[in-house]
Parts: sequence; structure tokens; C-alpha cells
Amino acid sequence: MAPTRAPAPGPRPRRTVRIGGLSTTYRRRQLVVPVLVLVVLVLAAALSLGRGDYPIGVVDVLRALVGLGDDTQRFIVLELRAPRVAVAVLVGIALGVSGALIQTFARNPLASPDVLGVTGGASIGAVAVIVLGGASATGVLGGLGLPAAALAGGLLMALLVFGLAWNKGIDGYRLVLVGIGLSAMAQAVVSYLLTRSDIQDAAAANVWITGSLNGRGWDQALPLAVALVVLLPASVALSRVLGVLQFGDETARGLGVRVPLAQAVTVVVAVALAAFAVSAAGPIQFVALVVPQIAVRLAGGSRPPLLASGLLGALLVVGSDLVARTVLPATFPVGVVTAVIGAPYLLWLLVRGRRLTTL
Amino acid sequence: MAQRTATRPPEEAAPSRDGLLRGAGSRVLGLWLLVALVVLTCALSIAVGTRSIGLGTVWQALVDGSTPGDETVIVRELRVPRTLLGLLAGLSLGISGALMQGHTRNPLGDPGLLGVTAGASLAVVLSIWLLGLGSPSGYVWFAFLGAFLGSVAVYLIGSSGRGGATPVSLALAGSALSYLIYALVQAITIRETEALDSFRFWVVGALAGRDSDVAVQVAPFVVVGLVLALVNAPALNLLGLGEDVARGLGQRIWLARAVGLLSVTLLTGAATAACGPIAFVGLVVPHVARTITGPDHRWLIPYSGLLGVVFLLLADVFGRVVARPGELQVGIVLAVVGTPFFIALVRRRKLVSL
Repeated sequence: MAPTRAPAPGPRPRRTVRIGGLSTTYRRRQLVVPVLVLVVLVLAAALSLGRGDYPIGVVDVLRALVGLGDDTQRFIVLELRAPRVAVAVLVGIALGVSGALIQTFARNPLASPDVLGVTGGASIGAVAVIVLGGASATGVLGGLGLPAAALAGGLLMALLVFGLAWNKGIDGYRLVLVGIGLSAMAQAVVSYLLTRSDIQDAAAANVWITGSLNGRGWDQALPLAVALVVLLPASVALSRVLGVLQFGDETARGLGVRVPLAQAVTVVVAVALAAFAVSAAGPIQFVALVVPQIAVRLAGGSRPPLLASGLLGALLVVGSDLVARTVLPATFPVGVVTAVIGAPYLLWLLVRGRRLTTL
Repeated sequence: MAQRTATRPPEEAAPSRDGLLRGAGSRVLGLWLLVALVVLTCALSIAVGTRSIGLGTVWQALVDGSTPGDETVIVRELRVPRTLLGLLAGLSLGISGALMQGHTRNPLGDPGLLGVTAGASLAVVLSIWLLGLGSPSGYVWFAFLGAFLGSVAVYLIGSSGRGGATPVSLALAGSALSYLIYALVQAITIRETEALDSFRFWVVGALAGRDSDVAVQVAPFVVVGLVLALVNAPALNLLGLGEDVARGLGQRIWLARAVGLLSVTLLTGAATAACGPIAFVGLVVPHVARTITGPDHRWLIPYSGLLGVVFLLLADVFGRVVARPGELQVGIVLAVVGTPFFIALVRRRKLVSL
């Protein structure tokens, strides 16, 4: 008599979806998780839109968003508060996706745009503008120059880190360590610039390098939105190539991937995403680092999923800003909250130390 | 079968390669040359600045303080205390770098990279904020405490993962802890503009603008740390053979580690409290010293100390000359000079080969 066998436990079967000639496979969890995150994100955003000197309930906020409700509420929600929340959402998406790309690429959960030098370079650029150009002194330089300087600084520094870590290919640890070294230098330069300024400028720069959404609006949201329109499709296209790179450079080469090119394009896209985010709101810390790892645990799979990472990034930034505005004293910017959440996670990652070399 | 032990690759044999100087005679001679170089650098540090002063005038000002004139005041009140501070800090940082690299067997060992100065920074900003202390002589003790807690925390975190305290895990733990600590520092300085105003001048790391009595205040700690480091040297040589071998040879591991940690804390704490966080001296200098002396810590430690003085003072003089009429703080000069060195180390094939 043959014993009845239980079905072997293994990965859930993948489902297939076909649209015309295109087909792709997916697991149910990878669709359910983003949808749930999106729902929570909408609620958090609505809560954030309702909080302020003139409190509005969540339901009224949602009504105002779709054009219902009275004029006052519509004005407050759409004209006054929506820009800031929009910046938060866009920054979160950009940082989350950037982190997911870089961690997949470096095969290292400690890799993030911060480590790649984006933060350090952007901080040098922005603080230089604040201190030398005077954000408070000359309005034109402050309004126009700061995001551009941050963007340029972030991109240049990332280029430098990547170039110095390149040695017939990219090794994840070498990349991280080179990034640590150059970040230390960037920090020294920023410290130096802070000593060169008067105390008001230094205080303003200090808030900027923590990451803040105070006073952000459509001026910051629009360039970021344009950048995302270009960079997000590129990220999705790259994620398929990265999936192959997961199996090692040799295998990928065997499958016809031009590995150095794929790596270079990935870094450019990921760094550009982060740099645009940083130029809009300052280096909001740890989002790009933490979010991909949460996403991969929630959604499953072998590497951080882009969709879930982007949405979770948005949720983290919107939620942290909400906490910063409502729970903490008024002077704390959003970066303080994300740091308080993110830094212990980073330490825990190290203490646990098991999944350091592989994702 | 007997061949197997003979065919070990040479780089596995520890202690590894010799330095440029072999034999006690040439090493003693080298040490004297280095002392002469230190004296020369000190003279340079006193003479060169926004206002350069001839060595003859320097000598006169030092020997005969009663001579009136600006030069005498500059030399006695500004340049000499500054040079003394550089002397103490250079000794401390060079030696503590050598100790750290030896104990952790980590070529990337440096108080700045291993979270020690971050710990000191947090303690200092807390003392400025909560106790209103405005000068280095006020927060010296807090810097010590912070340096100690920082070094212990990084070592515990870095060695708790699988595989123990590897160079990479320690560097990452140092970096991660620094991130966390600087986030806290940030949170404080954002709210307290006055704390930021004091802190920003401390955090760059400089020899200028410190109280003149700071050097006197930290000197005893540097001396004790120095003695402990020299006492620790033979044990460190044994530990270099691996903990098991060292234990087999009768070495009390925990005692050697404790002496090393105490010495690193005293030296780094003293230097950081007095000058602010100065990175990369502790990283670069022991590597240079090692190429001269080889891996024997009894020579490596004094060489590292003296080379640290030369390196730090030269960087300080350079910072004064390059940005006239202002000056670049020594911490900035060293960060810019030290980073390429760090990257060269990281790019080397074998990270662990100390």
C-alpha cells in the first residue's frame, strides 16, 4: 500500500498574465502587497492633508481631493497642503526605487544612495550655495541655485565613488567602502563650510542636510515629477536585466547581457533618482536604505520589488512627515524621524549579520 | 606528507614581511632621525603662518620672553600652544591608530572610521547643550566617556555578526553607528542654535582656536595612554599570531585587549576632546610606519607616534599657508589628503592582509 504523500512544500506557483504578445509571470503576494500599501498610503496622505491649523477630517479631505466639498476645504487641501504631500510622495517613491535598484545591483543590503555618495555630494553643493551664495541673502541664488547645486553635487560625487570603486567590474563591498571613505571627506567639507558661515546660514544649512519638507511646494514637486516620468520606466526595464545579474556576472554574460553597460546604466538611473529626490527635500536619511528591505520581506521574492519599494518609500516619508508635524515640536524636520527609525534598523542588520553578503 | 607544512604560501606566515629597516641598530637610528624630524616640524609650525617669523626671532622669543614686540606674543601665546597641541594629538592619533589596526587586525582601523570620534562628538554636543559648556577644557571628560562608549559599541556590534570582527564588519559597524550618532547630533543642533554655534567649530577638527591650557589638561592622559600602548606592544605581537596561539603561549587575551582598549580610549579621547574629531591620521600613519619598521609593534608604536606628529603638524602648516589670509582647519586638510589613501587601501586586492 503506497503511503499518501503530502505535496512538497515549495514556492507558490507563479501565475501568468498575457496581454497580446507580451506575457509575464507574477506571484499573488507581489500584487496584493503594493495594493495594500497604496491603500494605507492614501489614508496616511489624507490624514496628513487634514492636519494643520485648520483641521479637516479624512472623509472631507478625500471629498475635496475629488472636487467635492466646500470651497474653503478644497482651497486648503488642494492649494495649501497638497503640494507638500505631493513632494513627500514623489521623494519617497524616488528614494525607495533608487534604494531597490542599488541594493539589487550591489547585492548588498547596506548599499544605498547615501553610501554611494549622493547625500555627501548633494550636501556639499547645497551647503555651499547656502553659505557662500546666501539663500537668505540673495533670493535668486537661493531659490534657483540650491536644488540645481544639490543635484549636480550628488551626481558628481556618485560618479566619483563609482569610478573609484570600479576595478574590472564592481564589487559590492568595495563600492560600499569607497563610499564610506568619500562620505567622510564630504562630511569634513560640509563641516568646514558650516564654520565659514554666519550662524543663521549655518542653522539653515543644518536643517537642509537633515532633510526637510518645510516650505516645499509645486516648485519642488514639478521637476521631480518630470524626472520620475523618465526614470521610473527606465527602472522597470532595468529590473528585468538586474534579475539576470542576480545569478552572477558569468551567467548573465552567458545569457547575452552586456554586464558593464547594464551596471553603468543601473547606477546612473538609481543615482539620478536619488539626486533629484535630495535636491527637492534634502537628504532624508535612511529611506533608500530601509525601504527595499522591508519591501522584500513583505512582498517576497529574491530581490527588492520596485513597485512595493516605491510605494513603501512614499508611505515612510509621508508618515514620518506627519509624525514630525504633529507629534514632535515644530522645529524637527522629517529627516529626524526617518533617522530615528532607520538607524537602529541599520545596526540590527549588522548585528544579525547573516544576510550581509547576499540579498 | 611532510611537504605540506613547507608549502604554505608566504603571505600566510605571520608576522609577515619585514620593513625597510631591519635590525635593532638601524631602527634606533631611524627613531633618532624621526625625533630630529619632529623637532624640525615643530620649529616650522612655530615659524610659519599668516605672519611668518624668522627662526632666529622664534628662538629669541622662546628663550627671552621679555623682548617686547608682536612676534614674541604670537610665538608665545599662539604658536607654541598650538604646536604643543599638535604634538600631543599627533602622538595620540598615530599610536591609537596602530593599536586599533593591531587589535582588530583591520587595515582600515582609524578612530574616525570606527565610531570613536562619533561617540565623543555626541558626548560633546550633549555637554554643550545640557550643561552649557562652551570650551574644550569644559567638555574634555565627556569626550573621554563618549570615545570609550563609541569604541566599545563598535567593537561589540562589529564582532557580533557571523564571522566575528572582520575588517569589513568593523568598518561597517563604525559607519552605521556614526550614522546613528550623527542623526542624534543633528536632532540636537537643529533645535539648539547656540549648541550648533559652539559645536560647528569643534567638529571640524582644528589646532587653532583652542584654549591654551587644553594641551596641559590632556597631557597626563596622553602620557598614561602612551605608556599603556608600549606595555601592550609585546602582547599585541603575540595576538597577531592568532588568539589560540597567543593563549597557548600564556598570554591573557582579555587583559591584553583591555589594556589596548583603555589606551585607545585615553589617546583618542584626549586628542578628540582637545582638537575635535581628526580623521585619517590614525589610518594613514601606521601604514607608513609599518613599511619602515615591519610588523613588530614594539617599534611600530613609537614610529607611529612620531610620524603622527610630523603628519599632523605638516598638515596644519599647510592649512595655514594654502588659504591665506585665512586658514584651513587641519581636520579638513587631513580628510582631503587621507581619503585617496583610504581608497587606495580599499582597492587593494587583499583587504585583510595586515
